[in-house]
Amino acid sequence: MAAAIASGGQVGRSLPRLEGHDKVTGRAEYTHLMQLPGMLHAKIFRSTVAHGRIKSVNTSAARKMPGVYAVYTSDDVRKVIAEPYYGPAFHDQPILAIGKVHFVGEPVAVVLASDPHVADQAAQQIMADYDELPAVFDEVEASENKTLVHDELRPAGTFADLKHLKGRKWTNIALDFKLRRGDVDKAFATAANVFEHTFRTQKVLHLPLEPHASIADYRDDGITIYSSAQGPSFVRTEIARLLGWPENRVRIKVPYLGGGYGGKLYIKLEALATAMSMLARRPVKIAHTMEEHFYTITKHPSTFRIKSGLDKDGRIIARKCEVWWNGGAYADIGPRVTQKSGFTASGPYDIDNVSIDSYALYTNLTPAGALRGFGVPQLVWAYESHTDMIARALNRDPLEFRKQNLLRDGRPQATGTILKDAAIEKVLDRIAERLNWKQPFDRGKGVIRRGRGFAVALKAVISPTTSVAIVNVSADGSTTLYCGTVDMGQGSDTSMAQMVGEVLNMPAESVRVVPRDTDVTPYDMGTLGSRSLFHMGHAVRLAAEEARNKIGHLRRELGEPEGSNAPIAELFRKKYGMQAGNIIGTGIYKPNYIPPDANGLTTNATPFWMVAGSGVEIEVDTETGHVRITRLINVADVGKPINPKIVEAQLSGASLMQLGFSMFEKMHIDGGQVTNASLADYKIPGIHDVPAVMENEAVDTYQSNGPFGAKGVGELATFGLSPAIANAIDDAVGVRLTELPLTAEAVFRALRAKANKPLGDE
Amino acid sequence: MSPVVTTINFTLNGRPVVADVKPHHNVVEMLQTQFALFGARESCGQGLCGCCTVLVDGRPVSGCLYLAVFLDGAEVVTVEHLATPGKLDPVQQAFIECGAFQCGYCTPGFVMMTKALIGEHADPDDEQIRDYLSGNLCRCAAYPEIINAVKMAARSSKAGPTG
Repeated sequence: MAAAIASGGQVGRSLPRLEGHDKVTGRAEYTHLMQLPGMLHAKIFRSTVAHGRIKSVNTSAARKMPGVYAVYTSDDVRKVIAEPYYGPAFHDQPILAIGKVHFVGEPVAVVLASDPHVADQAAQQIMADYDELPAVFDEVEASENKTLVHDELRPAGTFADLKHLKGRKWTNIALDFKLRRGDVDKAFATAANVFEHTFRTQKVLHLPLEPHASIADYRDDGITIYSSAQGPSFVRTEIARLLGWPENRVRIKVPYLGGGYGGKLYIKLEALATAMSMLARRPVKIAHTMEEHFYTITKHPSTFRIKSGLDKDGRIIARKCEVWWNGGAYADIGPRVTQKSGFTASGPYDIDNVSIDSYALYTNLTPAGALRGFGVPQLVWAYESHTDMIARALNRDPLEFRKQNLLRDGRPQATGTILKDAAIEKVLDRIAERLNWKQPFDRGKGVIRRGRGFAVALKAVISPTTSVAIVNVSADGSTTLYCGTVDMGQGSDTSMAQMVGEVLNMPAESVRVVPRDTDVTPYDMGTLGSRSLFHMGHAVRLAAEEARNKIGHLRRELGEPEGSNAPIAELFRKKYGMQAGNIIGTGIYKPNYIPPDANGLTTNATPFWMVAGSGVEIEVDTETGHVRITRLINVADVGKPINPKIVEAQLSGASLMQLGFSMFEKMHIDGGQVTNASLADYKIPGIHDVPAVMENEAVDTYQSNGPFGAKGVGELATFGLSPAIANAIDDAVGVRLTELPLTAEAVFRALRAKANKPLGDE
Repeated sequence: MSPVVTTINFTLNGRPVVADVKPHHNVVEMLQTQFALFGARESCGQGLCGCCTVLVDGRPVSGCLYLAVFLDGAEVVTVEHLATPGKLDPVQQAFIECGAFQCGYCTPGFVMMTKALIGEHADPDDEQIRDYLSGNLCRCAAYPEIINAVKMAARSSKAGPTG
């Protein structure tokens, strides 16, 4: 490590993570490992049916077990919280099932005991009887409204971007986002070529190695909740609402997260832990097992019907997108996935006539929420497969076809917002250069065939959102940052410290970043959607700049000569006669935003565009269908990296996560029952899945409205990988897969179908 | 549920210790509840992810499957034993310098497994590293950085203690 750091010079350093020492020594704090004195352990009894009225819940055997402290159902919960429903977009999710269950795995009752094994055994003694109701699992079927998941929808009205949601009845559609630009019907009528395809994605999930955990410690005058939460401020607001308390009586403490990826956003176990602690009047810990994640939150399965019309020169003149999002039994943040991803469903192309319909559907499955991309990976899967299929059908080079139609800075994106600082072409060109796209490629002859493919994507970062930060300079000159961004592995503590150091001319290592605690750290909308580096980064920069200005003011007040660099500690001593006092800088950042009109159009959809793509070279074993990725390339526009090493790790990690979603991860569901709810049966990428060659590149760009020219990176490398692989499979063996995951079986079936020797169903 | 409590004696991180354990207690639970050691942690609960890796008589085991009662007479080393005051083990140092983790939840397991790997192969190649670490999962997928860290750790371990 460099001994002395020159003044400034903090931004752009590949500084190792500040919390590294605690992580490699096993001392880093995680909620799942925390214990409070007098704490009870909770174990959840869950629904075994996908949809049904609860006839009875028999808890008597469980209550009688020695060591059981209490057994609670929703009847008990309602004694302490009259309206026990929560959620970020809709207040639709009950703390424990009330009257009905809506998916297999829904929490119905809870056992509390000092010994978690006792609680676990007792939970297995609970019996429930249900009147089963018809259930709906498929998102397209759910849109036809034959089987209703909920009798009435209950919008929340919490977030600024979801204020428009209205309560409705007799529908499974939680939100339908509509975008109309130009006149697609007219354009299709004049098109020389029209292509239509349908793509599907499967149900997968986050599976952070630290499963969800919350500990609630309720007292009559306040509550403290320790939680593995990505959005402590939202948790505080929501718990305060449930309790009817002012926010300052609710304290949320969040240590490091053992992974999040969107799965620990909004309310997960916090409301249940609160209710349990209120009833038990003891601290209560709920710590999920890995299996329980399968009944908590997943990614959205989706169906995307996409249709494009081209003129005789190969320009895309019309694109029609219909997307159905399978949101599961409770809305969670599905409406935002539906709307925000809807903005860019037509892809990074310059198309005059666009029609987008995006539907958030309720079904009787585990709720779906955000997973590293807020729906964008599902969209890119469809539009970049579709774009490649068109190019191949027209005998056009996929690179040239894309470049002909690419959206460029200064042109309106589908929403009407003018594209700015979005290096789509640069990203595409760099992928092509790295792939040597213009050079001939050896596709092999015998059993093993080779192929290559790529894809490029655009996302609008979620807006409008607010971040607040405080920088505190102590009397000895040492500096502390208070910010609510949750470090779940993305390295935010380190990047934020670098920005403070850059402004205040001090090594980032010397900046203390206070762990998230809503009694101390100010408001932040949430650690999600790659928004933190930009939004919180601005707040941190503004707070540090205010502190720097105040230090300058103090210098002048004390009569220091212009350009004096007397140490800060000396200024404090002069001012207060001893080592005393503080200088506090605060920063608040909220970008401008104009909500979409009735046609989904707005001149300001987002403060920054996210751009990324992937390229792959693969081998396909034509005898087994097995696909091996031999080379994986990720290229992204992240603006100017604050910490290049962390940026590279984010690109690499995100793409390897997406490799699992692309190639093999899938929740198998039979009649609403998840049949592979464990790591033994649900495989995630391991070290053997890492391609032999991996290349990650942040193109040389500068985000003109970003903090120090930077913007977010966390989700970027998830966008393009799935279609890049499918395009490469087509390139290698001439078969096209339209449904994820791209398993050996799927490839083999397609090969056999192509050879007119299709395999039977099982 | 009133299972028999067994008293076991073993060596934990170089010190003789005594613990009272029930038959169903695994090593992770005992380390956390009786010795406040949280470096080994349960994640998958099936011995598949390696987050719970500890060394028992020099061999890496999954602490979520290994019953505590079997430790009687054994020598147990956890991640907490690797660093001495002010000085990290070369494996730990290499993990930091290579950025071989993101969220850090799986890191103690990887560090312990790497320790065992280097003990067996002083100069492991890529294939040996991948095979040896195939029982450890990292959902953040810091695998490329982990492979670099293992190589760096092997080099600095061979060079012997410094400073």
